[in-house]
Amino acid sequence: MEHQTFGGEVTIPHAAPGDDSKKRIWKTTIILSIITIVELGVGYLLYFTDFSHLVDLMFKGAVIILSFAKAFYIVSIFMHLGDEIRNMIMTIVVPLLLFVWFIIAFLWDGDSWKNLRNQYAPKDPVKAEQVTQPAHEEGHKGGLK
Amino acid sequence: MANAAAAANTKWWSGGKSPFNVEYGKLMMWYFLMSDAFTFGAFLISYGTVRMSSISWPDPNLVFNSFPFAGHANLPLVFVSLMTFILIVSSVTMVLAVHEGHHGNKKGVVKWMIWTILGGLAFLSCQAWEWNHLYHQGAWWGRNPFANADGTVASSNFANFFFTITGFHGFHVFSGVVINIIVTIMAWRGVFERRGHYLMIEKIGLYWHFVDLVWVFVFLFFYLV
Repeated sequence: MEHQTFGGEVTIPHAAPGDDSKKRIWKTTIILSIITIVELGVGYLLYFTDFSHLVDLMFKGAVIILSFAKAFYIVSIFMHLGDEIRNMIMTIVVPLLLFVWFIIAFLWDGDSWKNLRNQYAPKDPVKAEQVTQPAHEEGHKGGLK
Repeated sequence: MANAAAAANTKWWSGGKSPFNVEYGKLMMWYFLMSDAFTFGAFLISYGTVRMSSISWPDPNLVFNSFPFAGHANLPLVFVSLMTFILIVSSVTMVLAVHEGHHGNKKGVVKWMIWTILGGLAFLSCQAWEWNHLYHQGAWWGRNPFANADGTVASSNFANFFFTITGFHGFHVFSGVVINIIVTIMAWRGVFERRGHYLMIEKIGLYWHFVDLVWVFVFLFFYLV
């Protein structure tokens, strides 16, 4: 088995990627583009349509999951992490699982903070003069509230 | 692809070779990217927390609705979609540059690296335009002219988070472009040809993909959701 030496350490070279790797690149590009277009489509749908708060959240949840799918494709195929030795993949992926706790815990706390503030220190809301003019008709309630 | 038969018969931890069959610099780049991922993660999650704790927040579709040379046309999501596609395409050209490196094709590497650099510069120009446009509308650190979605006066949180996070990201894009330029010149001058490998292109490629990845989430949480 031939060995290569870069900077003192020895690595066994990966087999040179066959020409199907270029096909993989284009296939992945198309997948990423389609996912992005779908996300934008949902974004526009939410902008123009008046959904209930729950349906709104479900669409946003779907978009977030789609973005994680994009992240998976970029890391696994473009960054070639999917081709590395399994233990190395684990040293990257396992610590990132901390994010699962991180996101849930902090968003939960943020929500709790809001509820506590509303309960114990409600402030009279200050109306702003209309700085931004929405181009869509009056009474439109899509988007954030 | 790692040679499966070689991997199965090799004692990876017996010494004298990388147990992950990867060059030191490449592994360290991965671990640097992990640290950077946690940095951006912390920024984005703190933004999420503050936004979650606010009764109301400016509607992104009302703030980010302009396009260069389109005057006062209301075009939510259009400009940022363009920026997202530019960065994705520059990521693809970067992968193609790495691919050419695997085949030892110097001309191909330089060609695709130049396209990647152009993509990075295009993205930076777009971001600079966006910042300048918002600045002229009165937004900056500590200054937020946009009202909340429910009509109340907003705090400066929106502007602070926007400029800080896109600023950090833009700085990463900028440093990536600079390193890309340096590495492309090195490739063109035959440095990697003499070394016998284009691993440097791979390593900076990892950094570039990371920058694209961060943008996917910045775009998601500031403009889309």
